[in-house]
Amino acid sequence: MGKNLTMLQAITEALDQMLGHDDRVMILGEDIGVNGGVFRSTEGLYEKYGKDRVVDTPLAESGIIGSAIGLALNGMLPIVEIQFLAFIYPGFEQLVSHAARMRYRTRGQFGVPLVIRTPYGAGIRGPELHSESVETFFAHTPGLKVVAPSNPYDAKGLLISALEDPDPVIFLEPTKLYRAFKEEVPDEMYRIPIGQAKVVQEGSDLTIFAWGSMLREALNAAKKIEDEKGWKCEVVDLRTLYPLDRDTIVQSIKKTGRALIVHEAHKTAGLGAEIISIINDEALIYLKAPIKRVTGFDVPVPPFTIEDHYLPTVDRVKQGIVETISF
Amino acid sequence: MEKTGNPIMKAHSSGVEPEMFRVLTPDGEIIETIDGKIDKSLMLKMYERMLLLRTFDRKSINLQRQGRIGTYAPFEGQEASQVGSALALSAGDWMFPTYRDHGAAIIHGQELYRVFLYWMAHFDGSICPEGKRILPPSVPIATQMVHAVGTAWASKIKGEQNVSIAYFGDGATSEGDFHEALNFAGVYKTPTIFFCQNNGYAISVPFEKQSASKTISQRAAAYDIHGVRVDGNDIFAVWLTVKEAVERAHKGEGPTLIEAVTFRYGAHTTADNPNIYRDQEEISTYWRENRDPITRLSKYLNKEGYWNEEQEELALKQFNELIDAHLQKAEGYPKSDPLEMFNHVYAEESWHLKEQKQELNQILRKGGKK
Ligand SMILES: Cc1ncc(C[n+]2csc(CCOP(=O)(O)OP(=O)(O)O)c2C)c(N)n1
Repeated sequence: MGKNLTMLQAITEALDQMLGHDDRVMILGEDIGVNGGVFRSTEGLYEKYGKDRVVDTPLAESGIIGSAIGLALNGMLPIVEIQFLAFIYPGFEQLVSHAARMRYRTRGQFGVPLVIRTPYGAGIRGPELHSESVETFFAHTPGLKVVAPSNPYDAKGLLISALEDPDPVIFLEPTKLYRAFKEEVPDEMYRIPIGQAKVVQEGSDLTIFAWGSMLREALNAAKKIEDEKGWKCEVVDLRTLYPLDRDTIVQSIKKTGRALIVHEAHKTAGLGAEIISIINDEALIYLKAPIKRVTGFDVPVPPFTIEDHYLPTVDRVKQGIVETISF
Repeated sequence: MEKTGNPIMKAHSSGVEPEMFRVLTPDGEIIETIDGKIDKSLMLKMYERMLLLRTFDRKSINLQRQGRIGTYAPFEGQEASQVGSALALSAGDWMFPTYRDHGAAIIHGQELYRVFLYWMAHFDGSICPEGKRILPPSVPIATQMVHAVGTAWASKIKGEQNVSIAYFGDGATSEGDFHEALNFAGVYKTPTIFFCQNNGYAISVPFEKQSASKTISQRAAAYDIHGVRVDGNDIFAVWLTVKEAVERAHKGEGPTLIEAVTFRYGAHTTADNPNIYRDQEEISTYWRENRDPITRLSKYLNKEGYWNEEQEELALKQFNELIDAHLQKAEGYPKSDPLEMFNHVYAEESWHLKEQKQELNQILRKGGKK
């Protein structure tokens, strides 16, 4: 059995079920209680579970993440909501110096089973610093895991896995997709393993790697190219950004011989570079063309009046496909 | 008697020093009633532990000079603060020390040889004994304070009678995390003890340049939590204050901010030269002669006939032997295998770490260095 849910509803359902399933689960964040979250992802949970389980914290990201580290050390299962990804910076120190390192520093004696959820990415016409996609910061930090779902079904399954993971997980929710579409989501608490990418569309001419909201662009471009030129693109949703699912990446390249990476994060040192590197290491001889990246530019995400020009568009992705296949 | 116009007062409070809680004067007189709360055996325990730690601290500095341990952060002069606070805790309480609080950690149950291992930069130097909750020393300033709020918060939720104590210095009170921790602790009334050892300096910066507040304890008012300023070189005062904070926490009265006014005679670390920024000799001499935590208790114990020269000599001999035994254990401890760097990054090793580990392993085998 299932229901048609938006990604936001799927996330709320996952949170609800986890709170109901295990007393140790707590949700902490700014405006997540009475207000139900600025995007309403925690709607109804405060009423259902009370102020001690769904906690409206002071406005202090370091305090939130730092105290959640302590809660996790002492047996709780905190889920932190950071209101927008760019506001994680005051708590960045806690993440990289403590959450990520606690297990290492104590040689496995103390772990930090912590989930940090945050909306990220552009395309919502947000004000300054509401549209960043800086997943690289976290994917560069040993000890953290980074997850970014692209649809309601995955969002629920991955979030439940994130909470059951013994290590800290940064759960990046593509803001643009929160209410973009609905999809059948099973009622039960199912899990999608962290660390596994998904081939969302089979193809033979080129592989597009994408995640988060860029998956839609990738699929749309692949469809248009097929209609226009008859080329069949394989589309891979990475889902977990750190550690990456190398096997799926490499297998797909062995099959298609061409790759295009689409991400809205800045190009330089973006995850695309890492994927190219993996392919270079593992499947260079299968390549028929240089790997291309279609990404956000190396500029701060611009004001929303022109953010569409920053973001990879279906046309830019199409162009990338054409250049790669006709190399 | 204490001289007036001593040099360190300025660094502590830019002028007149406000009242602080004191029980035992530098001359070894008890000036507050202690109502039988501190009996003879506890007094002797306090004294011996301080002596042990001083011996350990001096030994560590020597070991650093001999190149047997790495850079070391000394605490001599702060023994009353570290021993007094740690002795007031129960075994199950959570402790979040800084790089200077290995004294407190040892008193709370950390094994001496582990502390040596830590300063020898051994991976296993931060492991605490089974069942203890002593976290690794925090190197980034003030960050551990919020963790102590979290563990205490969880204790409260679970209905466990444990407190969490966070150690920090005066410099830490300028960091955002100090304020976030106090604020959270106040809002959630967590059983957290914020224990500041105000030794007057954050490396080279004296407290008067660190903050415009006269004291650190007064900050408690801003968060509506309990704040106390105490003579950090008076172990009775420190112990009583922390004990009271523990009791308040158990009664559900929430956090306490304690400012223990103290001074460390030595450098910030063995890599630092304090003569550049303060009159090191003059200040240290002043504190040694007028305020030393060990001398002051020894005066009292001698007067009461609880302690004498012979006992002191015997104790020192035993402590030296104990410390040497731990040092031997640490020096004989198996060296970290380079491959250990890949362990415990995650609960389960992922593919990239497995491969990188194998890569290093092959390099090591080829080089014959393993
Ligand atoms: C976040 C951060 N900034 C800077 C440093 C470098 N640093 C190490 S110790 C120290 C001074 C700390 O002074 P205080 O808190 O008073 O403690 P004390 O060393 O005097 O015990 C500084 C600046 C650090 N460790 N962490």
